[in-house]
Amino acid sequence: MSGESRFPKEKVPLEKIDDYTWHIPKYKPGMRVPGIVFADKNLLEKMRTDRTLQQCTNVAHLPGIYKYSITLPDGHEGYGFPIGGVAATDYDEGVISPGGVGYDINCGVRLLTTNLSEQDIRPKLPQLTDAIFENVPCGLGSRRKDFRVTVHDLERLVMEGVQWVIDQGLGWSEDAEHCEEHGCMKNADPDKVSTTAKNRGLRQVGTLGSGNHFLEIQKVDKIYDAKTAKTFGIEHEGQVTFMIHCGSRGFGHQVCSDYLRVMERAVHKYNILLPDRELACAPGNSREAEDYYQAMACAVNYAFVNRQAIMHWVRQSFQQVFKEDPERFGLKLVYDVAHNIAKIEIHKINGERRKVWVHRKGATRAFPPGRPEIPADYRAVGQPVLIPGSMGTSSWLLVGTEKAMQISFGSTAHGAGRMMSRSAAKRRFWGGDVKKALEQRGISVRAASSVVLAEEADPSYKNVDIVVEVSDKVGIATKVARFVPLAVVKG
Amino acid sequence: MAEIMTLKKKFEFLEHTADAYIAAYGKDLAEAFENAALAMFEVMTEVEKVNPEVEDYVELAAEDECALLYSWLEALLVKSEINRMFYSKFKVLSLDKTSDGFRLKAKVCGEKYNPERHPHKVGVKAVTYHRMEIIKKPNKVTVRFILDI
Repeated sequence: MSGESRFPKEKVPLEKIDDYTWHIPKYKPGMRVPGIVFADKNLLEKMRTDRTLQQCTNVAHLPGIYKYSITLPDGHEGYGFPIGGVAATDYDEGVISPGGVGYDINCGVRLLTTNLSEQDIRPKLPQLTDAIFENVPCGLGSRRKDFRVTVHDLERLVMEGVQWVIDQGLGWSEDAEHCEEHGCMKNADPDKVSTTAKNRGLRQVGTLGSGNHFLEIQKVDKIYDAKTAKTFGIEHEGQVTFMIHCGSRGFGHQVCSDYLRVMERAVHKYNILLPDRELACAPGNSREAEDYYQAMACAVNYAFVNRQAIMHWVRQSFQQVFKEDPERFGLKLVYDVAHNIAKIEIHKINGERRKVWVHRKGATRAFPPGRPEIPADYRAVGQPVLIPGSMGTSSWLLVGTEKAMQISFGSTAHGAGRMMSRSAAKRRFWGGDVKKALEQRGISVRAASSVVLAEEADPSYKNVDIVVEVSDKVGIATKVARFVPLAVVKG
Repeated sequence: MAEIMTLKKKFEFLEHTADAYIAAYGKDLAEAFENAALAMFEVMTEVEKVNPEVEDYVELAAEDECALLYSWLEALLVKSEINRMFYSKFKVLSLDKTSDGFRLKAKVCGEKYNPERHPHKVGVKAVTYHRMEIIKKPNKVTVRFILDI
């Protein structure tokens, strides 16, 4: 390599609060608040090997940030914010930063239950996996010939969200209720989205994408909180479930890129001092902030629609394979959560109710019982929190808590978090071997790319069980049920 | 020795936990930009299998050299997605300093996605500024950047 990178890793000072909580003092003059990291010793060690903690410190520089910059147990190096990062800034005096949401706006997860058990589905599993792989477009450039949207459709779907696609016949009327924001974030304005973003988005509605995105047929492996599980439709161990993990595709990526430029100009205009170009932001009460928020809401809705369309094709695959109405198998949407999003929320800060921009970058909202934002049928127990593991490992259903409101602006972790680079994974694993190893464990695999299989091999990720354990121990979302895969579909 | 080896290399993939961290080299900024583009498409497919049969042009301006690199790669990514094309040949025709930044014109060649012949590796979500740098030495320019995937 010619010359060392001018981005050396800094040593970030840490103070231990307890076994799962670490404090980063305001050790730099620009830091407006301290940092806080929820992790056990091993997760923390891993964070120290990249720039996670440095990025946590950088976020603490944002104007108007409240309390502390938060890094969750799955924290790893991202852009601007660490992935697994949360920050709340004052609605008027603070800033909103696209870097606190990320390129894949509303990358998220939805969970479906069935009334089937593993043994019911086993004989048909290869057929069902094939049908899903056939029906859900995966991989570069693939799409369904029978689902095309015009620019006019696109503008409506980003304003109306899940309801629009249900009205097209792709879904059941009760689906929208079981999504964060009821599947439609308000304030979406397609005029705030560039033509380039719309053009990228046109061909990608209802596509899974590649990288860490996946669709899994799973079964309930263990129930930890039977009462809450039952409320969410999880009845017994061995019950078959589905998990869909994807985002807003090229549409959202372009909205982020476009507004990064807008925010860069805003940083100069409003004279904001930042330690990292990717943290570019604008004052909450500025035109730039409003424009970004309205464009971001479009991408949020795009992603909800994307997952809704994919879920519909899962139900359709059931119909093809079992030759019966999919409703007979349950196939109910438990919940759909966003992992990359900024929200306007009210939080109690130092005893006072404050309107804030909550940035969740690789983080899941984890609201406690009683909140009006939660679907009525879940309100008594709290919001379902979905944390997917890496390919072939376990995934989790948790429930939001009051503690999360007190210490993490109603947020918890979102996944396993990588720990091995993609190039290292490719050197160590070969796609064909990864597939074989999964199949030996009885997990069917269909993948559009064998490179993705190698890069996404399980040892490349932190153990999601430990991430969830920390969330549970800290109390920012507690365990409800754990799922293991029966079949994996990858882009 | 390392210097001599990297001079021959057009680009390489560096270690990064989550995404694609790339170093691209050239005798000047224009060549480093061409190789950066080549590396980005190598993330998505096997570039040598993409025939440079369709020609297209890119023209863009940016306020500084990093922003120019960002916009160059982003323009190609957008073109690739919207036109369903892979590109494998890049020629920077001009790269000039202007009164308010930089301007670039380039010819790019490639062909339509063809899953039969173009192995699908990983989709690139976006270009990022994270740890982006442009290092200029006499007769050698290195650009480093990270793609979100």
